Amino acid sequence: MLRACLRGANATARTNLRGTRPNNLQQCRHYTAGESSGGAAKVVVAGLLTVGGGVGGTIIYAKWDHKFRAAVEKNVPYSDRLLGLAWGPLPQDGRPSVQKQVEVAQPPSMMEKQMKASKSKSEKKAKETTESPAAESAPVPPVQSLEEECTECHHHDDSAAPVAESPVTEPLKERPVEEVSARLAKQDQEEQDVIAAVSVSLEESLASSAKSTLQAIGAQEAALQAVIRHTLKLKEAMEAEAPPQEKSAQWKDLETSLAERNSAVNDAAAALTKANVALDSLKSVIDESKGLKVSAVRPVVLAAEENLHNMVVDLDKAVTKVQTAESEAKIVSQYSELVNEAKLQFQKEVSSLTPEIQANWKSLTGKLSPDDLNALIAHAHRRIDQLNRELAEQRVREQIHIDAALEQQKLEDQKALEKAVSTSLQHVKEEARLEQERKLTELREVMEAEMRTQLRRQAAAHTDHVQDVLKVQEAELRSEADQVLGSKLLEQETRYRQLSQEQLDNFTLDMNSAYARLKGMEEAIDSHVIAEEEARKAHQLWLSVEALSYTLKTADTNAPSVPLEVAAQAVRDNCSDNDFALALSSAFPQESLQRGVYSEASLRARFNSLRSLARRVALIDESHNSLYQYFLSYLQAALLFENKHEAPPTQLSSEDLDPFKLLSYASYCLEHGDLELAAKLVNQLRGEARRVVEDWLTEARLTLETRQVINLLSAYANAVGLGTTQAP
Amino acid sequence: MSEKELGKKWDRCLADGAIKFGTGLGLGIVLSVLFFKRHTWPISFGSGAGLGMAYANCQNDLRSHYMLHRSEKEQ
Repeated sequence: MLRACLRGANATARTNLRGTRPNNLQQCRHYTAGESSGGAAKVVVAGLLTVGGGVGGTIIYAKWDHKFRAAVEKNVPYSDRLLGLAWGPLPQDGRPSVQKQVEVAQPPSMMEKQMKASKSKSEKKAKETTESPAAESAPVPPVQSLEEECTECHHHDDSAAPVAESPVTEPLKERPVEEVSARLAKQDQEEQDVIAAVSVSLEESLASSAKSTLQAIGAQEAALQAVIRHTLKLKEAMEAEAPPQEKSAQWKDLETSLAERNSAVNDAAAALTKANVALDSLKSVIDESKGLKVSAVRPVVLAAEENLHNMVVDLDKAVTKVQTAESEAKIVSQYSELVNEAKLQFQKEVSSLTPEIQANWKSLTGKLSPDDLNALIAHAHRRIDQLNRELAEQRVREQIHIDAALEQQKLEDQKALEKAVSTSLQHVKEEARLEQERKLTELREVMEAEMRTQLRRQAAAHTDHVQDVLKVQEAELRSEADQVLGSKLLEQETRYRQLSQEQLDNFTLDMNSAYARLKGMEEAIDSHVIAEEEARKAHQLWLSVEALSYTLKTADTNAPSVPLEVAAQAVRDNCSDNDFALALSSAFPQESLQRGVYSEASLRARFNSLRSLARRVALIDESHNSLYQYFLSYLQAALLFENKHEAPPTQLSSEDLDPFKLLSYASYCLEHGDLELAAKLVNQLRGEARRVVEDWLTEARLTLETRQVINLLSAYANAVGLGTTQAP
Repeated sequence: MSEKELGKKWDRCLADGAIKFGTGLGLGIVLSVLFFKRHTWPISFGSGAGLGMAYANCQNDLRSHYMLHRSEKEQ
């Protein structure tokens, strides 16, 4: 742009005057300079802005995205320092730590849950098992002992459950049989004692109460009889019209009977109280014995209770009978009292009317004057009137009196009824309770029998199982023993066989050795013949190999040797039976057989001419092969100087692979007659140099191969010859 | 003899170069005289073109061993 501007300026200057030239130039220069300076500033500013924006953007994004930050720090050197300055070090384990915390928090909570679940389970189990023993209140002795054990175990379990997480099992150990039976016997013994004691006490109290009750009943009966007699006699005395002597006798009888009655009644009362006391004591004893937990006592207790009940019932009956009789007697006595009263009154009246009769001794004769009689009659009439009036009055008041009497009777009846009802209710209740108790004992007996059968069944099952296990064990042991026996037998047999085999082997060994010796002798004789034959053959082979090696020497400089075909064929003929020699003789390369091989000297000469060419194309290979590269390669060859001959090291390093070095090593080897090493070194050339020396290399290979084969053959022939020629 | 190959190539190169240069020069002279009013540039153009072609040919020939032909590539 600047040049274009200058050219334009020159052109205009040529057309314009010469004077204006410097100004224009100057203007142009200023113009262009200003333009260029303004443009440059803009560019610089824009560049700075982009760079700053890019850096800031990367820094801000690195704060947000950690992976991006890590990539930037890896790829851009010193960016980690910058980013560290801006945002602090790269957080390595920010997120994973949070996750780990969450995970760590979870397992403890899970473990706690598990613990709680197991705890609640064990508690539930404990509760269930503690409830069950309480439900089984039927205290059969063996069951009871087990239950006691269970409760003990469960107490232990409840204490141990929070500590261990193992499942709650009832550690029921099977106690030895003797211990169990001893325990059972002891328990039975105890029970027997208790039963005996209780029964004894019960019997005593029963006996005493029975006695007293009987006494009471007897007394009551006696009292009853006395009362009845008394009432009868009273009735008789009231109603009968007997002569006065009998009357007085009757009254005396009556009095005695009354006295008897009173005494009998008192006796009865006393006996009743005694009987009540005895019955109360019996009841207390029964209650005591009920408090004991032994079940066998129950029927006895029950019987005692029944007896008590019966006694109470009989006593009550007797008492009621006596009471009814007494009430009757009361009525009769009241009646008799009334009658006595009336009689007294009558006598009073009579005496009041006829006082003289009383005072008069005449009355003793029983003859009364007509006045007295009239007075008596009048009195009697008056009395009759009075009584009629009273009767009329009484008839009128009859109803009221009857009602009152009925009321009274009703009240009394009601009282008696209530009393009777209450007593009968009590009796019925008592009977019902006794019935219930009886039924309970029956049921308990039935349950016990069932339990016994179940236990018997379990015992039978256990014995069966034990039998089965024993059978199985027997079978196992038998099979084991059989196995052992079989193995021992086998051992013995094998040992016997081994020994016999050894004997046989020894015998055959001896036989074989003798036979072998014989054979050896025969073979030695034969081999002598063979050996002579071999020696002849070996000589021939050796001669042919020598001829072959001589053909090699026919090579001139720059001309190959004669074809080796003929000599090789001769060798093959002479070693027709020997595989090794045959293989070797057929291992000749075709070229050498047809055309012949070059000698070492010719190869050496050729190499020397090749060397300069290889030097000249040293830089040329697949990638560098333009004409310019050729020019450079030629220049290098002209300017580079290296040793003509240099001894190659034992190990080639990478810097020895330079073509110039290789060529000097190879020429050194050739000078010292080591064609093989020279060929190896030349083989390391690459690129165009390699292409150039390719033919030489193949020729060298041919020569080397042929020489190797011939050497082997001659070595072989020598060896064979040496082998066959033996010292006599 | 592989060592003689390079020499042969160079001979070919030179011969080819000489021919092309000469032909280019001749053609240039002819064109310059006939169509371009005896300017020198067709002459230099022709000889340059000839030399260039010779250079390219020589380079190609020397490279030929390293280049894969289409037929070989397909194989």
